[in-house]
Amino acid sequence: MKFLVCISNVPDTTTKITFTPDGKALNTAGVQFIINPYDEMALTRALEIKEAQGGTVTVINVGTTTTEPTLRKALAIGADDAIRINAEPVDALFVASEIAAIAKAEKYDIILTGRESIDYNSGQVMGMIAELMGIPSVAVATKLDIAGTTANLEREIDGGKETVSVSIPFAASAQKDMAEPRIPNMRGIMSARTKPLKVVEPTVVDKPTVSLSHQNPPAKTACKMIDAEHPEELINLLHTEAKVI
Amino acid sequence: MSVLVFAETWDGKFKKPSFEAATYAFELAQKTGGAVTAVVLGNVADDELKKLGEYGCAHILHINNDKLSSFSASAYTIAVAEAATKATAKYIVFSYTYTGKSIAPRLAARLKGGLVANATTLPASAEPFVIKKKCFSGKGFTDVQVSSDIKIIGLSPNSHHIATNATTATIDVFAPAIPDTAFDTKVTEVKKTSGKIVLTEAELVVSAGRGMKGPENWGMIEALADALGAATACSKPVADMDWRPHHEHVGQTGITISPNLYIAIGISGAIQHLAGISSSKVIVAINSDKEAPFFKIADYGIVGDAFQVVPKLTEAVKKLKSSH
Repeated sequence: MKFLVCISNVPDTTTKITFTPDGKALNTAGVQFIINPYDEMALTRALEIKEAQGGTVTVINVGTTTTEPTLRKALAIGADDAIRINAEPVDALFVASEIAAIAKAEKYDIILTGRESIDYNSGQVMGMIAELMGIPSVAVATKLDIAGTTANLEREIDGGKETVSVSIPFAASAQKDMAEPRIPNMRGIMSARTKPLKVVEPTVVDKPTVSLSHQNPPAKTACKMIDAEHPEELINLLHTEAKVI
Repeated sequence: MSVLVFAETWDGKFKKPSFEAATYAFELAQKTGGAVTAVVLGNVADDELKKLGEYGCAHILHINNDKLSSFSASAYTIAVAEAATKATAKYIVFSYTYTGKSIAPRLAARLKGGLVANATTLPASAEPFVIKKKCFSGKGFTDVQVSSDIKIIGLSPNSHHIATNATTATIDVFAPAIPDTAFDTKVTEVKKTSGKIVLTEAELVVSAGRGMKGPENWGMIEALADALGAATACSKPVADMDWRPHHEHVGQTGITISPNLYIAIGISGAIQHLAGISSSKVIVAINSDKEAPFFKIADYGIVGDAFQVVPKLTEAVKKLKSSH
């Protein structure tokens, strides 16, 4: 089984998000970057299946040299090799087109992403790759099991869960519950230094979307405190003042 | 040129997100010109289809192919793409629900269109076409410009109002060719979280955290939620300790929601939790620690013992409801 796991390089979840004065980009000063948590769940599940059934796990990222530490971390966790497409990941269709071209040429069986990246939260790339490759897709999957050339997945739907079976090749995006991320051990960290990390140049030019500017959410007004002895006053305010109940 | 809206159904009925998307599509069409066409997949009664007219849909393309009763992203994508061609749509609107998330990206790749996912606003103009969307898990917003010929909008659920714009909708049965090979995923089981309000589309949410001390104390949380007609949610530690199911976990690595009212009980307000709920319209924090970070972003707060406060709130809600 040949796995290709797509990795986004994102700010640590504890980061206080601010933007550059012109609003064009994230203020990266002092920000620690990590593997997108959902991508890490996808990676971990791919490694578990590889360990049980054999195969290879390749990680891929569209990014500049600054994302290489994140790819090395994925190698330390256990991926066999890494590919970096040397470009800014400015548009989802651009990113998906670059990855799909490689996935097609190298004939990967299973392409995994996280259900969304925690920076732009769009959840677009997996579905786009699948459409570009003409293969099935299962979005927001909480379980993935492989039996021969068939995969059984569980995915979230509005108001419940659905069990889905699909033949390889296919693409899926991971939701929490798919796997528990692992902490890389010293051997993994040492071997990650020498594992192959291939850099390829982008070939696609189309970028149908561009992020022009960013803002933080508007500041909240002061919290109105209600006496704990009279909590019914809260219900009253929610009804008459906030008008939400 | 027209605006196409994908009107999602659940068991043959439309729900709130579909009407939000229809309203959005109508308001978009007023800016861009043209009429709104809705595409509806699967077995839906004409009386139900007509409801879309109330929200401004002038045409309805009903694709009633039996095979569509079981979800397959590839087949649904082809169906919507064919409808877009038929309606000569330049704009395609989805509610970015789980179903929307499964189809819209595939459609964008198929039609080479730019997709704005989790959009929260209408564009100021048709050209340039710029829409605001949520980013950094609720910690920011970004203005995205779409330059492709076909533009796709994944509207963030509960972020656009619903308005009636009574139109008499014409219903056309539409039967595009969908190859058998497009039904490439097989649904083997559907488990519904029955009888409960779906968290992602709930207007009111009661959420609780570690301050509840143990799963056995959730009865009072559910009682308050029931009295309000609210969905229940929880913080990450609570889901990690299996006090509550993971599908209730809101926050950076859980579900992101934007209800009209979010009541946080016994949740300190870690930055990762706030990321998932910060776009809620009204936030209430109830915590015994007056230094809890939640009070910094809450609109209303009570410093007190949840075990004392929550039952009293439930009583007050019941009293309010019985007087109306």
